[in-house]
This record gives sequence, C-alpha cells and structure tokens, in this order.
Amino acid sequence: MAEAHPVGFQYVVEAKNRGAKVIHIDPRFTRTSALAHTYVPVRAGADIAFLGGVINYILSNEKDFREYVLAYTNASMLVSEEFQDTEELGGLFSGYDPETGAYDQSSWQYAGQQDEGQEEEESHVDRETASGLEQESHGPPVPADVPRDPTLRDPRCVYQVLKRHYARYTPEVVERLCGVPRDKFLEVCEAWTANSGRERTTALVYSVGWTQHSVGVQYIRAGAIIQLLLGNMGRPGGGVMALRGHASIQGSTDIPTLFNLLPGYLPMPHHRQHETFRQWVDAIRHPEQQGFWANAESYAVSLLKAYFGDAATADNDFGYGWLPRLTGDHGTYQQVLDMIDGKIKGYFLLGQNPAVGSAHGRAQRLGMANLDWLVVRDLFMIESATFWKDGPEVATGEIVPEQCRTEVFFLPAASHAEKEGTFTQTQRMLQWREKAVEPPGDCRSELWFFYHLGRLLRERLADSAAPRDAGLLNLTWDYPLHGERGDEPSGEDVLKEINGYDLATGRPLSSFTEMRPDGSTSGGCWIYTGVYKDGVNQAARRKPRTEQSWVAGEWGWAWPADRRTLYNRASADPEGRPWSERKKYVWWDPEAGEWTGYDVPDFERTKPPSYRPPEGATGVEAISGDDPFIMQGDGKGWLYAPSGLIDGPMPTHYEPAESMVRNPLYEQQANPTRKVYDRSDNLTNPSPPERHSEVFPYVFSTSRLTEHHTAGGMSRQLAYLSELQPEMFAEVSPELAAERGLEHLGWAHMVTARAAIEARVLVTDRLIPLRIEDRIVHQIWMPYHWGGEGLVTGDSANDLIGITLDPNVLIQESKVGTCDIQPGRRPTGPALLAYVTGYRERAGLVPGHHTPPLLTPDQPEES
Amino acid sequence: MGVRTWIEGWPVYRQLTGTDPLGRGAAAQSERSRALTARTETADSVARSVCPYCAVGCGQRIFVKDGEVVQIEGDPDSPISQGRLCPKGSASKSLITSDRRQRKVLYRRPYATDWEELDLDTAMSMIADRVLAARDETWEDADEDGRPLNRTLGISSLGGATLDNEENYLIKKLFTAMGAIQIENQARI
Amino acid sequence: MAGPNSLYGPLDPAPDAGYLDPPPRMGFFTDTSVCIGCKACEVACKEWNLVPDDGFNLLGTSYDNTGGLTANSWRHVAFIEQPVAGRGGGTDTPGAFAGLPVGPPASGLAAVTAARTGQDTGTDPGVPPAVDALAAAGTITPPGALAPPGTPASTGTPASPGALTPPGALASPGTLGPLGSAAPAGAPASSGGGGAAATGPQFLGMPMADLPGRTIDAPRSDFRWLMMSNVCKHCTHAGCLDVCPTGALFRTEFGTVVVQEDICNGCGYCIPACPYGVIDQRKDDGRAWKCTLCYDRIGDGLTPACAKACPTESIQYGELEELRGRAAHRLEKLQEQGVTEARLYGHDPEDGVGGDGAFFLLLDEPEVYGLPPDPIVTTRDLKAMWKRAGVAALTMAAAVVVSFAGRRP
Repeated sequence: MAEAHPVGFQYVVEAKNRGAKVIHIDPRFTRTSALAHTYVPVRAGADIAFLGGVINYILSNEKDFREYVLAYTNASMLVSEEFQDTEELGGLFSGYDPETGAYDQSSWQYAGQQDEGQEEEESHVDRETASGLEQESHGPPVPADVPRDPTLRDPRCVYQVLKRHYARYTPEVVERLCGVPRDKFLEVCEAWTANSGRERTTALVYSVGWTQHSVGVQYIRAGAIIQLLLGNMGRPGGGVMALRGHASIQGSTDIPTLFNLLPGYLPMPHHRQHETFRQWVDAIRHPEQQGFWANAESYAVSLLKAYFGDAATADNDFGYGWLPRLTGDHGTYQQVLDMIDGKIKGYFLLGQNPAVGSAHGRAQRLGMANLDWLVVRDLFMIESATFWKDGPEVATGEIVPEQCRTEVFFLPAASHAEKEGTFTQTQRMLQWREKAVEPPGDCRSELWFFYHLGRLLRERLADSAAPRDAGLLNLTWDYPLHGERGDEPSGEDVLKEINGYDLATGRPLSSFTEMRPDGSTSGGCWIYTGVYKDGVNQAARRKPRTEQSWVAGEWGWAWPADRRTLYNRASADPEGRPWSERKKYVWWDPEAGEWTGYDVPDFERTKPPSYRPPEGATGVEAISGDDPFIMQGDGKGWLYAPSGLIDGPMPTHYEPAESMVRNPLYEQQANPTRKVYDRSDNLTNPSPPERHSEVFPYVFSTSRLTEHHTAGGMSRQLAYLSELQPEMFAEVSPELAAERGLEHLGWAHMVTARAAIEARVLVTDRLIPLRIEDRIVHQIWMPYHWGGEGLVTGDSANDLIGITLDPNVLIQESKVGTCDIQPGRRPTGPALLAYVTGYRERAGLVPGHHTPPLLTPDQPEES
Repeated sequence: MGVRTWIEGWPVYRQLTGTDPLGRGAAAQSERSRALTARTETADSVARSVCPYCAVGCGQRIFVKDGEVVQIEGDPDSPISQGRLCPKGSASKSLITSDRRQRKVLYRRPYATDWEELDLDTAMSMIADRVLAARDETWEDADEDGRPLNRTLGISSLGGATLDNEENYLIKKLFTAMGAIQIENQARI
Repeated sequence: MAGPNSLYGPLDPAPDAGYLDPPPRMGFFTDTSVCIGCKACEVACKEWNLVPDDGFNLLGTSYDNTGGLTANSWRHVAFIEQPVAGRGGGTDTPGAFAGLPVGPPASGLAAVTAARTGQDTGTDPGVPPAVDALAAAGTITPPGALAPPGTPASTGTPASPGALTPPGALASPGTLGPLGSAAPAGAPASSGGGGAAATGPQFLGMPMADLPGRTIDAPRSDFRWLMMSNVCKHCTHAGCLDVCPTGALFRTEFGTVVVQEDICNGCGYCIPACPYGVIDQRKDDGRAWKCTLCYDRIGDGLTPACAKACPTESIQYGELEELRGRAAHRLEKLQEQGVTEARLYGHDPEDGVGGDGAFFLLLDEPEVYGLPPDPIVTTRDLKAMWKRAGVAALTMAAAVVVSFAGRRP
C-alpha cells in the first residue's frame, strides 16, 4: 500500500499513531512492511491456504462474531445433501465434468433448491463470458425460503460445511504450504480476531495483485469470508478494501469498456441465452428474485432509451435487436490470439500499452504485427506503437519492418488537465475534473475522437437502409459542441445522459428507483443515477474536508445513491441499534421512524428493523428489516456461495498454474476450471506431477514501484520519475544469489517457456527463502515497468508471463509463475529464440505436448 | 535611478549603515530575492482536478498562467488526500508539459520503416473508412441456427483505465451500435 | 543585530542578520519513523524549483538512486537496509525473519558493492555518496545497540564522513579509496556458508570497526528498512553563508539560508564550508544550489513543496519553536511505545551549528543515515579573523566612496 498507494497509506500511518496494529503479508519486504508492526513473508500463490488457515482458526476456536454471523450471513442455511466437498473428492467439488472442465452446480445449492443451480452448459458459458463480473453490483440469484438451523449444529448448515472444508488448513499446513512459521501465523490470527467484534473492527486491504491469479476471485472471497465471520463488513474501520491501480479502473467496469458488460453490470446479450429482449431481461432480474435487481427491466430499458432515444419503443423492444451478441469468450487475450491467427482487421489502443503492459508481450506484439490497421491514442510514443520498428521481435528477426503490413495511426491524446470529466476512484467515488488548459497541437480527448468517429461513420452510412446500420443510424449522437475550437462535446452533457432523465419533463432522475420499464425514463448507467440529482453535477462537489464530518459526504459522489460505505445497515444490530457506541455509523431512529447516521443508509430509509416480508413477496419488498446485504438474492452475506462462482462455492487452495510444488492438500494440482489457451505459442511451464518442473525451479512475482506507473507509459517518459528508478532490476535473496552466482548490480536473465529477459540484480535481505514442505523455495521479484521506449528502457517482465486466466472474470495469472535465473545477460538476436527453445525442450514442451491438463491425473505419465 | 538610491541599494552600503553589519541577512538580500513570489499566487486560473495515476483519487489543483500549466499540487480541501501527492502525482506537471509528449499525428504506411506526419482530419477520415471496411468484411448477421448475431469480430479495442467515465460511455455506445463487441479495458488486466 | 553568539552558540539568526521584528523562524522537522520512502519530496521539490534531473543511474544502494544531496537534488531520500540481530523495533514480536531458512545478510555486501561502483550522482564537482554511511548501514546492530540513546554506537565510527573530510578530498568524487583499506580482516561474506561473495564481486572487507565475526556470520533474524528524507539543515550558524564572499548566500527573515542565483558567481567557497556536505555546484553553470526552504512560497504563506506533498507528514514545516515541541512530544511517545532507539538530531541550539532549522527524528545513529554525528560550523573560529576582514571591508568601502566621488555628474 505504501509502495503503490502512498497517499492512501497516510491513514494507515495515522491509525498506527493512534494505536492500531499493522500487519503486512507479502512475498517480499516492501516499503509497506517497513512501517508495519509485523511483516509476514509468504509464498506467492499460496494465499488461500493462509486465509483458509485463518478461517479454520476462527471456526475451531469459535472466534466468530456469532450474533452478526447468525443474523447477517447465510451460516445457518442448509446446503443440499447432494453437495460433496473437495475434502471428499480429492480437490474437486461435486458436479465436475472433465470433458468441459466445468461444474454442474446443481448440487451446490441450498437444500431443496437443487433445480436452481447452474447447469454445466450455463457454467461453461458463464466462464466464457466472465459473468462473475456482473456480480460487482449484485449477488447471483438465489431463492429466499431456505431451510435453516439457527443452532448452527446441523452438519449440512453452511457453518458446519465451512468448518469441515477448512479443518485441514491448520497452522502446520499453513507453515508447510505458505512458508509462514507457525508462531507468526498464530500472531496474525490472534491479532485479527482480538481486534474484531462488537467494539472493534479490522480492515482488510488488498491490492489488485490478488486478482491476477488463476484463483483470483476466490482469494478475495476468502478474505470476505473472514471479514463476515468476524463481523467486519458494512462497519466503519472494517471491510475489504481493494486498492486499485488506475485513476478510473472502477469506472471502467461500472461504465465498462468490457466485452461482456453493458453499463451498470448489465450483461451483453449472448446469442443463445439472450436471444430475445424478454430472455435478456429475465436473465438479469430473475422474476422471483428479491432485492433491487428485481427492477432490472427498468435499468435495461432506460439504457436502451439513452442509446436509441425516440427510436427505442416498446414495439421494437426498445431497439434490443440492434445490440450485437456474444457467442463465447471475446476477451482481450482471446483477441490477441485471434490477431495472431489473422482473424482481426483493426485494433484501437486507447491509453493502453499491451506490448509491455499485458501478459505475454511477445504474443501481443506478434498479434499487432498481423493486423490491417492499428490506431494508438496516447500521450507519449509507446511500445505498442513502435513494435514494427524497434520491438524485441525486430531484434530476433520475427518481425521485419519491410514485411510487416500493419498500418499504424498514432493520434496524440489529451491529458487529464486538458479535458473535463469524471474518474471513479477505488471507493466508488466519482470526482469531476475541471479542464485547466486546451490540449496542444493535434492532441484530443477520447470524447472528441469517438464523437467525431461516430459522426463520420454516420455520415458515410446516412443513406444506408441495411439492417446492420440501423443501430448506428438510430443512435442518439447529437451532442452539442463547445470549446475553443468549437468541436468538443461537453462531458457534462454526457454525464447528464448517464444519470438519466424523466423523458416527459426532462428532469434529471435523482435515484435509480425512479427508472421505469415503460420507456418513460432514460439513463445510461443505472448505478450512477443520482450523480446529476437536482440538475447539479454532484461529482463536482468540493466542500472542504474541514467544513464537514469525517465521512465527508459532500465531496464528490459515490455509487450507489451516494453511499460511502456499502451495506452499512450491518453497522447496526438486527434491532437497528449501533453494535457499540464506539463503532456507530448508521442506525434506526424509532422516533423519526427512519434510518439515520453519518452516511446515507444503504437501506430503504423508512423500512423498520422489524419488517418481515409477506408471503410470496419478491423484489425489494422481500428484503427483511434485518437483511443488510440488499443486493444479494437473500439479503445475506455469503460465507458459502451456492451459485455465481465457476470454480466452487468455497475458496480452495490450488497451486498456481505454474508451481514447482505438488499441491500438499489435494490430488488436484491447480484450479480445475481455470481458463487455458492450449497453443504452441502459449506454453506453460510444467508443474508436478508433470515431469521437468525442475527446469524452472524458482517462483517469480511482479509488481509496482512507487516511482513508476504500470508499464511506464506515464512515468518512464518523465525525467523526475525515471531518475528515481532508472533501470529494470530483479531482486533476489543472498541465498539465491549464492546458489546461482548472481552479483549485486551485475546482470542476470530470467527464463520461462515464453521468453528470456535480462535485468540488473539487486541482492537484498528483503527477499527471503522459504521452507515449503521439505525444500527451500526461492522467490524472485521484478517490477514490470520497463519496455523499449522512454527515457529509461529495459526488458519487460510481462514477456515472461503466459496466458492462463481466472475462470470467473478472465483475468490473467500474472502475479506468480516459475522461471529460471542465470547470471549474465541474455542472448540477443536469433540466438535468443534458440536459447528459449532449449529450455522448452528440456522441459518437455515439445510439439504434441498438451499442457497442463485441467484435471490432475492420478498417476503422472511414465515415459 | 539616482546615484544616492543606487548606492543605498548596494549591499555593502546597507551592511555598513544598516542593522546587518556582518552582511549576511537583510543587507545581502538582492532585489530579485525581495521580489520573489510564488507562481501559484500569480496564476490566471486554478482548475480543480484529480490525479491521473492510481485509484486513490487525490485532489489536484492545476495552476494556469498564459494558457500554460505552471504548477500542479495537492488540493488541501480533499478528504481523500488532504493536499498530499505521491511522487507520480507530484510529477504530473511534467506529464502534461513534457517536450517528449507527442503533439502531432504520426502515420506508418504498411511495410514502411519510419513514421510520416499526417493531418488530423485526414487521419480521422482514413480511420472511419477502415472501420467501415473491416466491419463489412467481417459482418455476421446470424449464427448457424439463425439466431441474430448482428456483429463484427473484425475490430478490437483496448482502453486504459485513465479514461473518463464519459469517454468510456461514448466508446461503448458507439462500438455497441456498430456491432463491435471486442471492446476491452485495463480492468481485465 | 550582531551579537556575541553571531558566529557560535545559541542564537535567533534572523534578528542577528539585521531583520527588525522578523517573522518567527521557520523550519522542517523530518520524522523518519513515518517516512515511507516514496520520494514525493524529491519530485515535488524539483517540479516547483525547476531543478534539473540528476542523471539516470542505478546506484544499487537499496532504492536510493539519487545518491545524496547535490546541486540537482535538494531533497534526498536515504534507504538503509539493516539486518538487526535478535529483536528489532522495540516490539515484543519475533524478528521479521525468525524461523525462516535464512543465511547471513547481504545488506552490507550490497552496500559496499554499490559504493564501489562510484556511480556518478549527476553533479561534478559534487559530493560522493556517503560511503561510510552505506557501510555502516550494512552492519548488524546487535541487540544491545538498541538500548536507550546515549549508548555508544556499535555501528562503528565512520572512517571519513564527507563532512569531516578536508575540502580537497571532495574534489575527487569516485575516489573511494578508504573502503578497502579501512576494512577489518576476517569478515569475508564467503565464510557465511556459501555467501554471495563466493561468486560475487571481490570482497575486500567491511569498512567498519566492529568486532570481526560478530556481524556477518549470524543468520539474519530481523530486519529494518530505514528511510529518511535529507535536506539542507538551514543551520543557525551556516558555514556556507559565513564564507560566501559575494553575498549570494544570505539569511532570510525566516531564519533560513538561501543562495541567490542572481548573485552567485560560482566561486565554490561555500562547498567545503558546509559541515553536512549539502551545498554543491551545478556542472553546467558553476553556481551553487541547494534547498531554499521554498523561499518564494513561504514568503506568500505557503508550505514548501516537499512538506506539502509528503503523504505521511514525515516532513513537517512550521515555526521552529513549535516543531521542536512537536518533536519532543513525538520522541516521548515513541519511547513509550518501546521504540527506544528513536532520537532527535539537529534540534539542539547548543550543538556545533547552533541547532538546525531543519532537524530530524532518527531511528539509529546519525552515521547510519550518512549524517555527521557532531557537526561543527566550519567558521567557529572566524571571529578572530573577522576583525581583520572588517578592516579590509572598511578600506574597500572608503575606496568605493572615493571612486564615486569622482564620478558625480
């Protein structure tokens, strides 16, 4: 946190000064560790084992906040008798089909609900379309009338299922698997549990390194389970805090430029599941569902009205027929492989630099070299714009400029100071930026570029009667133009469209509850409705912090409905009283008959704690007065996820896709549902029980330095940042340096099945060998900031990484892999290719080899 | 300037006649030093902005003089950052004003070995032509069972997460309406 | 007004420098116990003061690639990777690496390797990296050394901290001769069970005066990563100012010491006069440059750029008296929390420079951070000489008057 989010870390320092204990768990000792009370080194890729150990500690010592757990989580709900755990099936849950590598989830359901589960085909489609992302704003569907055992003794209740699942995650296992000494692990468990409960809360902070694993979503689930068990969710000082790495990365999923989502986490239509408008809407709202998603039709229709205006009518399903359909995985990594295969003609890069910023840089560059055309929009000349000229493959002879046909347009972009608009920061808060100056020269905003591109396309097609052009021609695209040049759309006009209107009166909507399914409202992103409440740009609010409460509710605007802490109904007990005076936040005021407190209550304002839904209620009406998790299908925090996750209802330790360690807990080595692209240009280093894992004997991980940003496009171009970290380097422990003959400040190169890259060596005590099972495991750490353009240049760590994805959200496993490290510089030119090929051959990655099987075979192949 | 004032402005004169006989303070202060003022104080305008690097969302004040950014510093009013900035946020003036920034459209012809300059309007027009051509060439009306697809798989896009919400909104809106679905973002990475 | 302590001893410098009714003395208190080494101070300083970059050199001194305070780096964050035998941090918890399969530490060796590279810090002439501080940082502090302040440092007396070196030696950056020769025998890293030195750079020994064998062979069990943002001290008695022949260096009404770029002629006298090795000449224009405590900003009531940016309030700006109180309070609190190694540096008006306008809270001996343990203003004995200088000045003044007398129109 101190490394990559220094200004956020001021609150950790402040908390520490006020007596808080700070624990930092990380594969290497960082600037965060330097200020922590306790630093816990851990093997990269073993976090679920660690967190599972904490869950086991909580449950076996009954350290959970029982009143909270009983009232607010699904601990008491009974799970289907057909459910079988990984403990019984060698690391698989019931329902696994080795053919598709996916689960039939029927048996994961609550008792009596087996028919509700995802069938295998659906599960497969969900993986292809990364449907897990839809749950950013809401839980997956589940019925509410589930049998429960409030004593938590029934062996089928979630509490007991969870307890059995984690029973083997003992401190000894954590030590063997994560390399964390027992005492140190118990110190963490004791500190975490002692500082949670009625009077105290503990915050769990992770950075997006957690998401970049083949089990990334389950990492975060494991953290959420602990925080639910300890009563830390929805309460001040608690929560699971994601430290995201880009100014508006939260906004980029809320109003997505993602293949599988429309604004507000509405799914992009799938050709089979959502053939008709009705199928699409019902798939979102689940007619018998409780919670706010029951109104999804209003959100969906309002979006279509925002897109297509008057052309969207009830008679034409509001233009639903004009939307394109998904047929499977169209994610960025699938696209890159399709580029290599020549299936894609044109590519837009908008402030993004995949040549060095995405996993498997070589595949990225070879893909771009096989396009008809490429448009790069950035502030500086980046590696993705120059791959044809001086990229690494030009050096190896794989790309010959005179033979590379890709036509490249570099269009300079406007900076954040040269345009107005909102960023959504990591706590879902939108902040409006004023424009300071005009962009220089040919620099333009994306707003300008896309408005004018759309205008040009529409002009060219104006006379077309082709059905395929109807959507484009019916699009509302009449944005008034402003600015010194008189050609810039107004960000505020777009923000108003996002917020939505009452179409009859033109009044901006103040809440998504005002949206209607009859076409009388429009709104481009329902979760952002309210950001233009009362016709005022709420994101531009700037009341000084010194003039308002510590919650600072009058600064910017947070979705949903300007709530700063999500699910804050949980900060009060079931009767609506604060759990403690010290931790009061939102509570029920019986005299006034409403919820009140420091924040906007994340609950219906006048629904009393005693409210119980009538028989057969659905939607919002079905949420009880003591169900804080209002976007969940049952209003509960889920310790066990009966649906919604591709890879299992409970987080389970699987080894990373590349590991030199045989999974000590299960026969199943790695996540059996991970997304694999089994191709000769995307090889995976062997892991046990496969042979030859010793060819790549070290663990490596990559992350950021304070002094740089991502792949360097916004930092390696600046002298004041470049001088602070001027060269690509790799950090190794003194023990590894001795083992491999590495010199401090000398050169070394790292090799995987994809590439070999070089770096200067920093031998440092901050890296520590770990004892895993009976062997010593060395970890290597590298920053991923370098590439070939800029004031300071170097090899890109992302070249080392292959493409294996988390099944829920299709994010790559780039925070852990295996490699070799050797002293000296890597070979150059064609010799580099031969060098890597030599490693592949020694690792058995020869033609015809398929790697790795999803299901771990009982017996390793003998040959 | 009369000689008398000129002499009186002389450090050594001031040193000998003033309160600073050692000539290390008031007497040594130059006219330039006396006139120093912070350039934030003389700025024509101040824009309230947000740092473009990580997702903490630190408030920035951007000071502008004669149409140029002359300083960016933390916004003390912000309840998020309380006026502080990290090294990257502190370097964001350089990000905007760097002479390494590209300010002209560049174009690389197929099989060319170097860039050439191109007029922005021409570039826009050429891109629009290519989008339509790629779309036509790869258009899919329906799947093999006749269910609508209404799309192109010939066009891809990958956006950074430093784009504004309003920009992402227009990007998704335009691409969706033209049938392009392979629209991705840093958020996947 | 000049007084008996004008050159040495406790003093409020602004009135002494002729300011009638000056504003309170302003300064920095840098609390290294909350420094996260982000270097925002370095960047914010450069952006505000338009200081050039210092070159792109990987120094290998932990995360410090700035190397030291130079004409082109007015803030410098030092990083000290420090193995600590036994327990660290004054806490009751086991050491960071306790129970792990670790061997001897690398920090010392790495620091020496880094220092031996003699990396250019971007300015020439300039101050070479504080070699001995690096070496000192590499030593293991035995548990005893973390006892209350006042215990003699076991980190060894530096052989030649830059500040105490005769000026002439500073003219030859990169000459890091004392390194090898100062080393005690019998401390090769290779004796630590296959240490990095086996195949690493030739190890010539650790430049420290610790007991051989005491610091190297033990497996590392605990570790600290110290960070400190260093800056010009704005001494009460500033040697640089005292020796400046042109009046380029002057004392401001805030008690700070500033080089006036319109006056400085690049004579360089100030450079050896600084007991901290702070002030430095810029290679291209020859003039001397250093921290101005953002004289242009504080004159308008603004906070200096570094302190304004600092995310964790490690750098605090304010009235010196108030800062001293705040620092004493912070020290007391840390001591209560068991951080017994915390100490203040440069806060004492009785010290050899009359106290610093920019002072620090440190977590180890000053040498570890590259700071001289007992700085003394280089012009302490100037008073005697001053009388003669005064006569000379008067003579010159008289000459001036005479020369102008003849010019009257």
